[in-house]
Amino acid sequence: MAILSQSMVIYEEEFERISSVLARLWVDANAKIVFLVDKNGQQLAAKGDLDKVDTTSLASLTAGNVAATDGLARLIGEKEFSILFHEGERDNIHISIVGQRLILVVIFDERSSLGLVRLRVRKAAAELEEVLSQMADKAAQRGEEVVSPFAEITDEDIDNLFSE
Amino acid sequence: MSFINYASREINCKIVYYGPGLGGKTTNLQFIYAKTNPSNKGQLISLATETDRTLFFDFLPLDLGTVRGFRTRFHLYTVPGQVFYDASRKLILKGVDGVVFVADSQEARMDANLESLENLKINLRENGFDLMTIPYVLQHNKRDLPTAVPVETMHRMLNVKGEQEFEAVATTGVGVFETLKAVAKLVLQELSKR
Ligand SMILES: Nc1nc2c(ncn2[C@@H]2O[C@H](COP(=O)(O)OP(=O)(O)OP(=O)(O)O)[C@@H](O)[C@H]2O)c(=O)[nH]1
Ligand SMILES: [Mg+2]
Repeated sequence: MAILSQSMVIYEEEFERISSVLARLWVDANAKIVFLVDKNGQQLAAKGDLDKVDTTSLASLTAGNVAATDGLARLIGEKEFSILFHEGERDNIHISIVGQRLILVVIFDERSSLGLVRLRVRKAAAELEEVLSQMADKAAQRGEEVVSPFAEITDEDIDNLFSE
Repeated sequence: MSFINYASREINCKIVYYGPGLGGKTTNLQFIYAKTNPSNKGQLISLATETDRTLFFDFLPLDLGTVRGFRTRFHLYTVPGQVFYDASRKLILKGVDGVVFVADSQEARMDANLESLENLKINLRENGFDLMTIPYVLQHNKRDLPTAVPVETMHRMLNVKGEQEFEAVATTGVGVFETLKAVAKLVLQELSKR
């Protein structure tokens, strides 16, 4: 992920690596859904029974939840609460912060357990952090070369978006 | 902060509707939701009190189609306008790409408009943004009310940098899409500059 001015950018290779970490976590943790979202509520990657939930809403609410909790942490003088856990009658949600700006979410039911999820999340988080830091290095090397695909966007392109 | 995914060829941008309590921010999103083709929208999520005041935020994801081979999505958020929800407003501005200020045209709400605008400046700054440079449009809502002050007065009091202004009646949808289009356009133009 490169920081292109204010934008966050993710490329194919990194996306593949992140996706494979999530796929492994999904299997190892016996989870229903795992997904990775940034703190602004943008979904990066997901794996599992995705057709049963609205992942866009899930991403936005997760980010809101983490943002509110971060606010609470700061109020009482903590840096952050790195793990959140919500227990339901059937399904549970495990939320953890990865590399300070990403949120890893695992949804699981009685076929798994909090202990197992915790264990597998720890391993996956370490792998994700490694991918993130390699991406940061790469981005730093690439530096100024990164250009937005929108550099040559025209007024017409934009008008076409609203043509209906 | 816009998010560009080269793997799935998607771009996501965040637009926040800001303004005083009861000004019509949520109503803007409700109208957009009601009039958008189901294939181009996600769910409208409203975290509201029992009396329908926004408690944390409203959220509506919109899919605008493709530009330069990238699927272009806008995530629309509203903030809670009531003064005491300031901590929440600050959080929602995080990573914003464009702002719509929904002003209430009623004479009795002019102080509330000004206070909210000041609050927007401060909260943008705390998130590392500047109202003078961020994509920004101004909406004068509730033009249908007999107590609405003249647009010229609204302009004089609330226009900060010559931004585009739109007269609106969010309940019937007047000016709602015009406002959205204008801010979306500014956001995409801003991206093209980088
Ligand atoms: N007459 C009139 N009423 C409007 C208009 N727009 C919104 N309203 C009404 O104003 C009230 C408040 O609207 P909301 O959209 O909930 O206001 P809000 O800005 O989201 O308020 P908060 O969530 O408290 O910040 C509702 O009863 C709306 O129906 C308008 O253009 N004209
Ligand atoms: Mg509202």
